[in-house]
Amino acid sequence: MSSAASGAKEQVARLLTLVPWLHQRGEVRVDEAAAALGVTPAQLRRDLGVLFLCGLPGGFPDDLIDVDYDALEEQGVVRVSNADYLARPLRLTPTEASALIVALRTLRDGADAATADVVDRTIRKLEGAAEDGARAAQQVDVTVDRRERELDGLRALLTKAIEAGRQVHLTYYVPARDENTERAVDPLRIVSAQGGTYLDAWCHLADDYRLFRLNRIVGAEPLDLPVSEHASEGPRDLSAGIFQPSEDDLRARLLLETAARWVAEYYPVVSTREVGDGRLEVEMYVGDPRWLQRLILRLAPYATVIEPEEFTESSRAAARDALRLYE
Amino acid sequence: MSVRKSERLLNLLIMLLVQRHYVPKERIREILYAEASDDAFEKMFERDKDELRALGVPIEVGSLDAFFEEPGYRVRPDDFALPEIDLAADEAAVVGLATRVWQHARLADATSDALKKLTAAGVTVDESALDIVEPQLTAEEPSFDVFWEAAQERIPVTFDYQRGGSAEVATRRLEPWGVVRYSGRWYVVGRDVDRDDDRVFRLSRVRGTARKSGPPGSYTIPENADLREVTRRLAPAPRNQETATLLARAGTCYGLRRRATSGERVDGPDDASAWDRLSVPFAGTDILADELMGYAANVYVEAPDELRKVIVDRLTHAAGAR
Repeated sequence: MSSAASGAKEQVARLLTLVPWLHQRGEVRVDEAAAALGVTPAQLRRDLGVLFLCGLPGGFPDDLIDVDYDALEEQGVVRVSNADYLARPLRLTPTEASALIVALRTLRDGADAATADVVDRTIRKLEGAAEDGARAAQQVDVTVDRRERELDGLRALLTKAIEAGRQVHLTYYVPARDENTERAVDPLRIVSAQGGTYLDAWCHLADDYRLFRLNRIVGAEPLDLPVSEHASEGPRDLSAGIFQPSEDDLRARLLLETAARWVAEYYPVVSTREVGDGRLEVEMYVGDPRWLQRLILRLAPYATVIEPEEFTESSRAAARDALRLYE
Repeated sequence: MSVRKSERLLNLLIMLLVQRHYVPKERIREILYAEASDDAFEKMFERDKDELRALGVPIEVGSLDAFFEEPGYRVRPDDFALPEIDLAADEAAVVGLATRVWQHARLADATSDALKKLTAAGVTVDESALDIVEPQLTAEEPSFDVFWEAAQERIPVTFDYQRGGSAEVATRRLEPWGVVRYSGRWYVVGRDVDRDDDRVFRLSRVRGTARKSGPPGSYTIPENADLREVTRRLAPAPRNQETATLLARAGTCYGLRRRATSGERVDGPDDASAWDRLSVPFAGTDILADELMGYAANVYVEAPDELRKVIVDRLTHAAGAR
């Protein structure tokens, strides 16, 4: 941020927005202008200091842009004049326009008919104002499927609860145990990591902090209860990663055939080793042995457990039990 | 130093913007670079022009008249300025929301810069009137930026790619037409130079750094190129859905129950518990079979026959050498 803020190019970009912004509004308080343009008041003052030195190439005092320093120092008010040639902002770059148009199309996907209509009008106007941006936007195609939209709805509900400081009742699917669990949580924040989106929360059932993967939340009901004191302890440090193995975890070594290699991309593994013929040996921590059992059955016959050995026999037994249903 | 440079850049821009005609290079030098040596002037002037252009300032080069070779420069006000854009309050509000869609640093910055320009043109954004669910677009794949830019600039990209289910990594050369998000994943679509055919690559399978190789405008994108159509055709797409009839042990198979379109209590293959008959839509026998294997003796396949056969086969295998 600091290097970007000190760059000459970036400073010019800010000025090319600041001047027309002020031109539209007349005089504005420094802090208000700074907040609206996303800079600090100190930076805004430095930017004005540059503007003060610029103007028409005549070299006469009248040619320079006029920054009213008295108003700035005495009243904290920004007033700029004699800069009519910069009264309009710079065009949208193709990247700016296309990023915005793609975002609007994505917004439209999940909107009701009335909002979709508003979005369509907006996109048409932007395309009219930025032709090359409109062309660039043709090179990006985004489809939001039903499942992603459901997650957007869930995230909106959780965000509201976080902002309001309300508890939420969760029905949460635990795949390792194949169970739907019911619990009240203090929602703290939503985090993305390793390809998944999670709710970080204090769980009243576990009496501890827990991460809930959004796509495993079967149901969420905001409760009329304020969050407990745990919510105010501040966000936990998750910099070491979402999955932190605990001491009770099982260390397992698996041999994956080509068809099962995706496991190493999908789940956090400690180490991987190519063992030839497209096979991969991986080491991973397993919190719940039932989870590993299910994984091995899912992957059968393309994966085997090297360690711990007893898994091989228990997987076979589970398969035999299942087979008996068909006899 | 930085102030001096900002000042020079802005003065250069103003100078080129207010003149109706091309401004001779010599005059630019006299006014803005008077103290620089010949060499230093050339270098500084080139860099300054590049930086203004990078901001989106359209600097035109032209000759002053037929007899002089010396080039002149100008910026046409109509090409420089954002055209009048009159957004109604509700339209401005959706623009405000749109700036929160991208969760990708560069594109999030691009949309908020766009919003600042629009507010500088007089648009007032008030989002409070809107109550719609905000979607989010993530793009965590490290190669996303390279493919996005390359498609826009039409620069070929060379990259290492690992196909799904394979250990082998192969170098590919692609003329990207665009990027596509589909089923929650990013793909790049384009012409594979070595195979001379349309191809789709999943960005999460690009290994190492993708490199742009070539000048901008190296190829043209076919006019009839339909990114969505190509992706659906070439990416492993959800096939036509079928419905499986399954028996699930009471109190188990919650992952399946979430997707079941119907369920009723029935007599099951054993008496150890009650059973429910579920109708579960699926696409791809193998994918559903993987999942059903995980439920082991808690699920029983009634139909279709093909799925039933696959499960019995795989269970027989998994039950181990006899």
